[in-house]
Amino acid sequence: MTNNSTIDNYLNMDLLRFTTAGSVDDGKSTLIGRLLYDSKSIFEDQLEAIEEASNKKGKEYVDLSLLTDGLKAEREQGITIDVAYRYFATPKRKFIIADTPGHVQYTRNMVTGASTANLAIILIDARNGVTEQTCRHTIIASLLQIKHIIVCINKMDLVNFSQDVFEKIKNAYLQFAAPLNINDIQFIPISALHGDNVVEPSTNMPWYTGGTLLSNLENVNIENDADFQHFRFPVQYVIRPHSEKYHDFRGYAGRIEGGILKKGDEVIALPSGIKTKIKSIETFDGQLETAFTPMSVTLTLEDDIDISRGDMIVKPDSIPHTAQEIELMICWLNEKKMQPGGKYILKHTTKEAKCIIKEVKYKININTLEPITDNRDVGLNDIARVVIKSASPVFYDTYSQNRSTGSLILIDEFTNETVGAGMIQ
Amino acid sequence: MSSYRLSHLKQLESEAIFVIREVVAQFENPVLLFSGGKDSITLVRLAQKAFWPSKIPFPLLHIDTGHNFAETIQFRDELVERVGVKLIVRYVQDSINRGTAVEEKGPNPSRNALQTITLLEAIEEFRFDACFGGARRDEEKARAKERFFSHRDEFGQWDPKNQRPELWNLFNGKKHIGEHFRVFPISNWTEMDVWQYIAMENIPIPSIYFSHKREVVNRRGTLLAKSDYITLLNGEKYEEKQVRFRTVGDMTCTGAVESDAATLEDIIREVSMARNTERGTRADDKRTETAMEDRKKQGYF
Repeated sequence: MTNNSTIDNYLNMDLLRFTTAGSVDDGKSTLIGRLLYDSKSIFEDQLEAIEEASNKKGKEYVDLSLLTDGLKAEREQGITIDVAYRYFATPKRKFIIADTPGHVQYTRNMVTGASTANLAIILIDARNGVTEQTCRHTIIASLLQIKHIIVCINKMDLVNFSQDVFEKIKNAYLQFAAPLNINDIQFIPISALHGDNVVEPSTNMPWYTGGTLLSNLENVNIENDADFQHFRFPVQYVIRPHSEKYHDFRGYAGRIEGGILKKGDEVIALPSGIKTKIKSIETFDGQLETAFTPMSVTLTLEDDIDISRGDMIVKPDSIPHTAQEIELMICWLNEKKMQPGGKYILKHTTKEAKCIIKEVKYKININTLEPITDNRDVGLNDIARVVIKSASPVFYDTYSQNRSTGSLILIDEFTNETVGAGMIQ
Repeated sequence: MSSYRLSHLKQLESEAIFVIREVVAQFENPVLLFSGGKDSITLVRLAQKAFWPSKIPFPLLHIDTGHNFAETIQFRDELVERVGVKLIVRYVQDSINRGTAVEEKGPNPSRNALQTITLLEAIEEFRFDACFGGARRDEEKARAKERFFSHRDEFGQWDPKNQRPELWNLFNGKKHIGEHFRVFPISNWTEMDVWQYIAMENIPIPSIYFSHKREVVNRRGTLLAKSDYITLLNGEKYEEKQVRFRTVGDMTCTGAVESDAATLEDIIREVSMARNTERGTRADDKRTETAMEDRKKQGYF
């Protein structure tokens, strides 16, 4: 029995990446466990394994956090240290969860998880309301330009499913978040432990009609979040087969990081500034008339011009910024402090260059977003506004316009570690 | 904008192609670790897509435990021929003969752990600086925290507590001499995604993934295929069952599942209803709670 509707279904499924930040105390692991369990994404052998581990630890209930805490050190200490990725799917969408620890010393992990997320879930304990941790998570989500936030007000069972409590927290949160310019915030009253409004609608809160967490995750509109206006094609690799059939083939391989491209379009290669036209859009599966972000394709051009990795192909009517001096918001990821005036390797799209830290303008208080100017030492987990100068020009957009062409990392030239994550302002 | 929407499989494909191209651009001497299983077969297809119309610009490396399903080896050789890619094979038996690896004792001595030794020897012999693997984060809890670009020290070891942060799609492949990277382009795929992709792309896979009759022995809940590498214990006997394999590995630790799934669509339906993870059929993971993390730290796949 070939079931065509099954095939059509999975060929049409969407992908949504979301991040959850919080601690075990907020019920974050329980919430993820509940999503996975109620959407039937936990397997029996995984359940048995965590049941056994829970028993070994003398716990009376099945500790769903053991599902997400994968490393030995994490299980021993009962904490989440690193970003863990979890996967589940419904017939409509496939979901990738970046599950990150919520404590302040793990800001770098929150930033990492948020860097690829379409949506963030912020958990609030209904008994505690908006806390410093809530503010920190929200500020990080807004800095990383996550377009959609779902605030789950959890443990509603412990406040008698009170609408009044829910509304008060909602108002307090909206007041705090107003200056952050987040355009889509939803609020859902839940009980992760009992499953109210997670996958199944709650019968305990008839006053709430906004849909379950899962239905919100399935239906949030992310189609317009990507930048389809400005074509951006950082060249990743030059393909020259040198074979008999493709003797003169010279293709520029890369992923479209913004916009839409049609065969025949006029384009400009940066940094040379030379104009040419798209001769063909090549893929293993045949030539395309149109391609768009985030497709990986190979472009051939009408004219033979010198283009290599790190160059960018764009359209004449939407040229990105070009500069050597760039201002960014940076999250420091390394124990070794940022060295003002120090040299680092900058990695931006497919381009690499040396750079120096020219100026630390201010650090921000990650709990309040207020600038700190009396201490400009940038250490692990600090977020600061800095100016860097690159050895060669960088073609960029602001991070708020395009996450790919607006982000960069700094690498320590001696240890090779990734030490900074920058969002271009 | 709905006409400019990519399905989840196409997005995962594009991400994997991006990662594969990044490796070839950043490293001098990459290699693809090929097991003959569906994940590495999928990787080969993605590598073809990444460089078309050029051929795949790196070889495949198969670490042969000697405990193979005959169907897998035949399939491997046909694939290499069809795709036009170079294959390197290194044998665990050679490491044992050299004395760098020691065979396990017991009724089903597994060479699974020994593969690590042979693999690290091959990496040193050929000076590979990046090894593509088909591991996925959904497979196992230690793998859930693995990076796309996973750094290995000069002893080939993984340090899970000291991994490089990986943000956006900016992959840092910088390393000191003697170190190398393991790279996992299908990190974000699930078992279901791989099957859906194989069906969508019509990618050939070894016959042992489909339902067939085979003699198996039930050892502590794992159905092991009859082979020369397994000694029956007291009271054990082979029985013929209708089975298929969900993973392809060393015959001494890869369990079969009873199944009638004869087509890819059957398999997809079966996987969607499965109540156990695919690695649940792997005896090597059941040895301890952190068996995978322990092996990965040593340099396992």
